[in-house]
Amino acid sequence: MSSENVRFVDFKSDKQPTWCPGCGDFGTMNGMMKALANTGNDPDNTFVVAGIGCSGKIGTYMHSYALHGVHGRALPVGTGVKMANPDLEVMVAGGDGDGYSIGAGHFVHAVRRNVDMTYVVMDNRIYGLTKGQFSPTSREDFETSTSPDGTHQQPVNPLALALAAGGTFIAQSFSSDAQRHAEIVQQAVEHDGFGFVNVFSPCVTFNDVDTYDYFRDSLQDVGESDHDASDYDAAKEKILDRDTEYQGVLYQDESSVPYEQREGVEGNMADIDDTPPEDAMDLVREFY
Amino acid sequence: MPEDLNWAIGGEAGDGIDSTGKIFAQALSRAGRHVFTSKDFASRIRGGYTAYKVRTSVERVESVVDRLDILIALTERTVEENMDELHDGSVIIYDGERTMMSDFEAPDGMIGLDVPLKRLAEEAGGAIMRNIVALGAACEVADFPIENLDEALEKRFGGKGEAIVENNRAAALAGQDYVQEEYDLDTPYELETTDADYVLLNGDEAIGMGAIAAGCRFYAGYPITPATDVMTYLTGRIDRYGGKVVQAEDELSAINMALGAARAGARSMTATSGPGIDLMTETFGLVATSETPLVIADVMRSGPSTGMPTKQEQGDLNMALYGGHGEIPRFVVAPTSVSECFWKTVEAFNLAEQYQTPVFVLSDLAMAVTEQTFPPETFDMDEVEINRGKVVDDDTIGEWQNDSGQFKPHALTDDGVSPRAFPGTDGGAHMSTGLEHDELGRRTEDTDMRIEQVDKRNRKVETAREREDWSPREFGDPESGNLVVSWGSNEGALREAIDLLDEEGVDVRVLSVPYIFPRPDLTEEFEAADDVVVVECNATGQWADVLEHDTLQRVKRVNKYNGVRFKADELAEDLTDAFGIAGETEVEAE
Repeated sequence: MSSENVRFVDFKSDKQPTWCPGCGDFGTMNGMMKALANTGNDPDNTFVVAGIGCSGKIGTYMHSYALHGVHGRALPVGTGVKMANPDLEVMVAGGDGDGYSIGAGHFVHAVRRNVDMTYVVMDNRIYGLTKGQFSPTSREDFETSTSPDGTHQQPVNPLALALAAGGTFIAQSFSSDAQRHAEIVQQAVEHDGFGFVNVFSPCVTFNDVDTYDYFRDSLQDVGESDHDASDYDAAKEKILDRDTEYQGVLYQDESSVPYEQREGVEGNMADIDDTPPEDAMDLVREFY
Repeated sequence: MPEDLNWAIGGEAGDGIDSTGKIFAQALSRAGRHVFTSKDFASRIRGGYTAYKVRTSVERVESVVDRLDILIALTERTVEENMDELHDGSVIIYDGERTMMSDFEAPDGMIGLDVPLKRLAEEAGGAIMRNIVALGAACEVADFPIENLDEALEKRFGGKGEAIVENNRAAALAGQDYVQEEYDLDTPYELETTDADYVLLNGDEAIGMGAIAAGCRFYAGYPITPATDVMTYLTGRIDRYGGKVVQAEDELSAINMALGAARAGARSMTATSGPGIDLMTETFGLVATSETPLVIADVMRSGPSTGMPTKQEQGDLNMALYGGHGEIPRFVVAPTSVSECFWKTVEAFNLAEQYQTPVFVLSDLAMAVTEQTFPPETFDMDEVEINRGKVVDDDTIGEWQNDSGQFKPHALTDDGVSPRAFPGTDGGAHMSTGLEHDELGRRTEDTDMRIEQVDKRNRKVETAREREDWSPREFGDPESGNLVVSWGSNEGALREAIDLLDEEGVDVRVLSVPYIFPRPDLTEEFEAADDVVVVECNATGQWADVLEHDTLQRVKRVNKYNGVRFKADELAEDLTDAFGIAGETEVEAE
């Protein structure tokens, strides 16, 4: 498939999503597909990795090389794919549980490792697929089946985690703001390094607090202000702002050099000869 | 058993025990002598007790024995720890000028050589070289020409400049001269040299070398004793061949990175030890269900939990066979020697890609910390063949697409093996998942497809059972009714044990099995035997259980689980006891 003719629908599979009608994940996925098509990729050079949960289903609904793995481990898989073949466009999808709870360790390390891939987290602040328990991004007073009096736990701030871990591209978007969301994900794809986008992707079934209306009314777009994403201190201020949530690219280090480049990875590791290299006996001689 | 010399240096961790032992082992190897080394060490960086032992002979040596002829003791505890192995005439080299050794007296019957190691080292250029002084003294005792140390010293210290190498040479010479001048020794040793050129390496290094030879390009791992040497070996070296090592944040990440690289088409592996395997277990099923070729080495140590991290055990056999929820088709190979660590790793990569399954390489601490000599042609790279299995490309992918042009990565085939399309192959885009799926990789809960896919994956194992050679290695007397069955690293000790038994007139037939799953059917061999003894380094007899299950016959068991590998002479005794023939042989011996 030649990439000039690729449209975002080419990244769509013929499977109909089983997400609830009105789920934010539809918009999140559409933005991902648009970003991939707009950046000149095609399904045969794209690898999508997902973990478990509603977000994990994305590999089924998209058309590309893909792996639907185990809970919370999508980022290491993506890292392995990109290291083995840097020519591939790698996009990793996760949810707030997958990414910030069971996968929180991997998240921090993927951020600081800075492999050139895009990580899109569909953050609905609830566990949907297990039918309504609080998630690591749920508010402290959020009442759910496992937190009848509120969670009594502070929510994690994923953007702050990423900033503290040395993130080189930190952004936030809202799945319902289709145009802007696609644009932000596209910037993440184009970023040389780990492009992280936290997407508010409302759960219409189990979360009646973090709703479309809530985000529509409260989100402030940094594009409408004079926010300079290359200014670390300005980014820090917005990311740590307890009163306002922002949409847009909050921080980007333009001088970012991806891990695989710093490690000197060249080319596709799938290409090997059918015999050991000619100088393989040198490996043995080292033990003289 | 070959005429040999057993040498050791012991002291506290941080005393440079390892490097001194390695220099001696390399010198012996370069001088055309066979070497088998072992280490006693504790899980700490400094202090405690640690020792490096070298057994050497002009004949091949394949195990350790209960004997120590020359001991360099940097601490009194070193002597205490090795008392069982010391004998009349053993030589103990120590530094009586050191406060902690000033009251030391060699036990009755042994020869104490009080050598001012520190003082002589200082005179040669620095106290740090006291071990090299001791090594020089030991060379004199063993009648091993000291110039044989030169190459090993050059290899060790060459990077620090020629002056340092010269100082070390002088230190060794000072040790030798001191013993020559101060003692009138008459020891029976004479370490003759030969023209042979040997290489000296350990099991972890052999696994790493096998991986590179087999075209492995990606390794992800997390440091853990005793598997870490696989990663340190590959780091830097694999890059020369276009590969990369990633030190992951944990074992969960390591195996998933390796999985990702494998799906991208790279030959990929990870290695760990028991506690790390536990963490990786989550992903075993995903590897198998997504039909991803992956090599997972488990360099076993004493468990359970953190157990004894620096001690030997073969306790993970059941984990390798059964670990993970659900039913997971997999292959399990278990190298039986350091050289087999190389060849079984090569084989593991071919099995993994031909059958698109996880392949476990079950090694253990005894092999990981053993350095052993081999003729270089033992690792003849021309013998290495790489078989990548059913990989389709842009031209052939059409045969594996459905009418809508969709690629079928899990196509139902007679041999159970489906085509693989590396990402980047036109028309090959597909998803793989740990969920049950159809031929396209799409999730399904269809009852018929579930059965079809489970059967297909299991069919790969049946195909491999027929196509590949899973024979055991056999030695000893093929006609003997005394049958010994072993797996993994016990083979070397067994080879020498049966020589000892042979000297006492006891015949034994040995089957050393490097394949845990699939494995040879030993029913006929069991039926032909009067008695079967299964030898393994664990308490419950996991391999014995498996063989009883396979053959519907009871076996006798020799188990060792004190953290120390089998020694040849000890194993010979255990076997005579197990076969109940100890009495007979004593009579014959008289």
